[in-house]
Amino acid sequence: MSVRSAVLSQFKQVAQEQNKKLAPLSDDLPLSESGLDSLCFAIIVTRLEDALGVDPFTSTEQTEFPVTLADFIRFYEDAAK
Amino acid sequence: MPQSNQGSLWSRSSAAGRLSERSLWGADGSVALGDLAWGSSLGARLEELAGRCVLVATADQLTAALALIELDGIARRLILSPPDLPTEHLPFVITAAAVDAVVSDRPALEAGTPGAASFVSCSLKVAPAAFERTERYQTEWILLTSGTTGLPKMVVHTLPSLAGAIQPGSAAPQQLLWSTFYDIRRYGGLQIFLRALLGGGSMVLSSARESTGDFLLRAAARGVTHMLGTPTHWRNALMSPSARRLTPQYVRLSGEIADQAILDHLRAFYPGAAIVHAFASTEAGVGFEVGDALAGFPASLIGRDAAGVEMKVKDGSLRIRSARTAARYLGSRSATLPDADGFVDTGDIVELRGERYYFVGRRDGVINVGGQKVHPEEVEAVLNSHPQVRISQVRAKKNAIMGALVIADVVLNGETGAASGRGKGLEHAILEHCRAALPRHKVPAAINFVSSLAVAPTGKIVRRNA
Repeated sequence: MSVRSAVLSQFKQVAQEQNKKLAPLSDDLPLSESGLDSLCFAIIVTRLEDALGVDPFTSTEQTEFPVTLADFIRFYEDAAK
Repeated sequence: MPQSNQGSLWSRSSAAGRLSERSLWGADGSVALGDLAWGSSLGARLEELAGRCVLVATADQLTAALALIELDGIARRLILSPPDLPTEHLPFVITAAAVDAVVSDRPALEAGTPGAASFVSCSLKVAPAAFERTERYQTEWILLTSGTTGLPKMVVHTLPSLAGAIQPGSAAPQQLLWSTFYDIRRYGGLQIFLRALLGGGSMVLSSARESTGDFLLRAAARGVTHMLGTPTHWRNALMSPSARRLTPQYVRLSGEIADQAILDHLRAFYPGAAIVHAFASTEAGVGFEVGDALAGFPASLIGRDAAGVEMKVKDGSLRIRSARTAARYLGSRSATLPDADGFVDTGDIVELRGERYYFVGRRDGVINVGGQKVHPEEVEAVLNSHPQVRISQVRAKKNAIMGALVIADVVLNGETGAASGRGKGLEHAILEHCRAALPRHKVPAAINFVSSLAVAPTGKIVRRNA
């Protein structure tokens, strides 16, 4: 599974579990307007760590946190390299 | 005739009657209580131990049991060494408790006991001895509990504080045969030992070298009627085919939160037994017991001074004032145990729902999810109520966004039980079950299916603060 598809599938999965209305997932979607709250993102981060073996949010190499969905995917792609 | 709560363990055990018909059974032998009327397990050296601070550090529970019966009222202080006390902690215990004599069935300890004035060996062999079993001291009983880090805490009791919840000798036509998964050198096990002795019964002692299944078979073969364990002990026992051989009249749980799932399982498994869960801790003593097989306890128990125990809830935690609480800690910098009003803080957080209080967890075990508190035990209670979950443990996982998230390790029911092949479908079903019962920050972010959970020598699930 590519990083992109892993991320997208977790967004959809967690939104559904948490009864959140997910905005259409386009690359330029600001995360703050995705419909997910911080608990949702926390869960996504935990699940992605399981799936991809990385948690870029706790890595010291990543300094800028993602703003858009494309940033978020790149954030994981860079960490998974 | 009402019996006094005064007197030594030996005199009170004798007063409970029928000594000649009563025994203590260990894994490697047994002793008839009546034999202690004319003999001793300590050779001819009982008199030497009068007025001393005696460390009872035996490998076998039965030899420890005999030493306790013989030495209460004779020794000034009895220090009960649990079987798993690390050797490197012995010097601390010996110094802090001013130990000047050691009783053991382990020859090796004789050489390895620094600074102790005398060593007395004890054995299962009761030999004729001349002595007077007259009470000379109100003996202090020192129980060791594991501190959160490093050295053990040493909790000071006396026989009256330990036995405060026990009704003396019953006139029951049938003799009660007690047993417990616990070691009697821990508070929970000691309660059962004292119940057997003071209540005119007998006891089957467990052994660390024996599997749960073998112990249950041995208990069943003797016809154990009254049995105590932690919820973890019982969950473990119910997985053993030998559990069917036991026909208890009385099943008791203490030491951990008894959730509704384990109470229901026990009631279904032993339909003829009274299912009782008790609140007790080494420091706070026996608080109360609940016999309605429902989790939690009636709110009416709070604020009432019933049977010498008064309870209140302050800052969310249960506080107990009674003559059964420990007096103090030995040899540590900790303040005296009871507060200025005489209440001991149990550190157990309770929550009022309707007419009942429920235990939600330990104050020191709280997981902080984005500022909201989660007690692992309340999540575990929900997980355990799922039909396919045998047992669960909830822990914190660090998270950069919320600080921490809730994660669950789950052992499944059934033969395969293990981590294999149950897949995402079941994980989703269990999480759905949690979402229906818990606020969203308390629902585990992920479930790991595992084949077993680590159990401490105390019979409780090992908890590590994340």
